[in-house]
Amino acid sequence: MSDILLSLKGVKTYYGKIVALRGIDLDVHRGEIVTVIGANGAGKSTTMMTICGVTRAREGQIIYDGENITTLPTHQIVKKAIAQSPEGRRIFGRMTVLENLQMGAAVIDYAHFEEDLRMVYDLFPILEKRQSQRGGTLSGGEQQMLAIGRALMARPKLLMLDEPSLGLAPLVVKQIFEVVKELNEKQGLTVFLVEQNAYHALRLAHRGYVMINGQITMSGGGKELLSNPEVQAAYLEGGRH
Amino acid sequence: MEYFIQQLINGVTLGSIYGLIAIGYTMVYGIIGMINFAHGDIFMVGAFIALITLLAVTAMGITFLPVALLIVLIISMLMTSVWGWGVERLAYRPLRGSFRLAPLITAIGMSIVLQNFVQVVQGARVKPLPPQITGGITIMEKDGFLVQLSYMQILIIVTTVLLMAGFTLLINKTSLGRAQRACEQDQKMASLLGVNVDRTISLTFVMGAALASVAGVMFLLYYGVIDFYIGFLAGVKAFTAAVLGGIGSLPGAMLGGLLIGLIETFWSGYFSVEYKDVAAFSILAIVLIFMPSGLLGKPEVEKV
Ligand SMILES: Nc1ncnc2c1ncn2[C@@H]1O[C@H](COP(=O)(O)OP(=O)(O)OP(=O)(O)O)[C@@H](O)[C@H]1O
Ligand SMILES: [Mg+2]
Repeated sequence: MSDILLSLKGVKTYYGKIVALRGIDLDVHRGEIVTVIGANGAGKSTTMMTICGVTRAREGQIIYDGENITTLPTHQIVKKAIAQSPEGRRIFGRMTVLENLQMGAAVIDYAHFEEDLRMVYDLFPILEKRQSQRGGTLSGGEQQMLAIGRALMARPKLLMLDEPSLGLAPLVVKQIFEVVKELNEKQGLTVFLVEQNAYHALRLAHRGYVMINGQITMSGGGKELLSNPEVQAAYLEGGRH
Repeated sequence: MEYFIQQLINGVTLGSIYGLIAIGYTMVYGIIGMINFAHGDIFMVGAFIALITLLAVTAMGITFLPVALLIVLIISMLMTSVWGWGVERLAYRPLRGSFRLAPLITAIGMSIVLQNFVQVVQGARVKPLPPQITGGITIMEKDGFLVQLSYMQILIIVTTVLLMAGFTLLINKTSLGRAQRACEQDQKMASLLGVNVDRTISLTFVMGAALASVAGVMFLLYYGVIDFYIGFLAGVKAFTAAVLGGIGSLPGAMLGGLLIGLIETFWSGYFSVEYKDVAAFSILAIVLIFMPSGLLGKPEVEKV
């Protein structure tokens, strides 16, 4: 069994004629937290969606767990235990919190449902209180927790989080990052994290990639990038958020 | 009073048939935002398959009516489901993602194809079926006026209530129903959670078609005459019912069907038979002016 869980090789993605990813190479090792940072429109969310096959790689390869998944349909890709908490959270607004979590477990046919539900409720107690409330009526932060909880219900081997800190109070951000760290340390969960909040992300991650305009321009250890003057100038201006 | 109750019974019976068809419109609209204009013709096909099967079953010597009807119902549902599945597969799926009017136009084309196919294969003349289920119970009698609830009406109403209850459970409580609702709200997210969106859409068509075929069987038994054109008017009425109840809403389709059936029956009973369709459509227009998303439609305001 190789140490590499996910590997992108020269992945190019287009929206119509507009190129969004210009040949991405990146690796995620088992048990690692890897982050991609970059400005708005760099192609971070597109990278995540391309891995899941929602947008298609027109060139290049995506290898997951030793298997080429580049052209598999989305519902089959995620069956390989890849779960995503996507940009904009995409909660089912007309379903209850519990139903949203049930949807998360659908991919593994509700195996271990009660146990996993307990785990998610213990991580985010507010969700248990809001259990029968409609997803659309939750606050932004609660929806973010629900999106992460829903992803965890799938028992992922690879958890992908797209800007989990967006629009949240600093305290909630801290809480969510602690949860991610704990899952990684205690359960060995592999995490692929996309963040605007570069300071937090790089502190949390083992390794990071910097993406500019659909290309990876820099990579290295989290601490290493954090102290890199270029990264500091571009993404950490104003010091620590 | 007696007359009123009799009309009520007749209206609920007719409304049941509309309601069963309306579910197919509302579910397909809910999941892919398209009006399946061929749905009324699926109902018609269901009625024809039922007629043919009934004749075949009788010819084979199965004369015990409950068994014969059960066989008819099952075969009609199965074959109509295959129709519904095929129509989606051949005519709609290839167009998914193209401009909005494209599937609508194909749907109208599909409707014409189905009508003409049946017309060619079965002939244009009206097909009669002698009454199979006769008799009933007299609920009230006054001054020689009988309020009758026929066994046929009981069968229609009971079947509809059972099917709708079962269907509501299916949509609200099972994982398949959840997957369908997820696809209604966000297909990309649903697929990210492992839902096979194409298959779920196919199943929605199949379910709608199966329910429409039940309505077709009931229509055949109740009225005793069918032709290749019955799908058009019944389809328009059921579509009206779905819009009246709030298109996309399952209880809305049931309520809308019931209301259209009642309006039509009462209007014919108290005013004039000629204008019953005008009455139904006028009420629809009035409701839509004051409640644009229908009686039970989802308000579009949603915090995201
Ligand atoms: N559906 C689309 N159609 C056309 N272009 C798109 C579409 N989605 C994204 N793009 C373009 O692709 C590029 C990459 O977008 P992407 O959403 O991946 O950026 P991002 O790094 O996630 O940005 P942000 O930090 O703002 O979320 C952008 O230039 C964007 O305008
Ligand atoms: Mg993004």
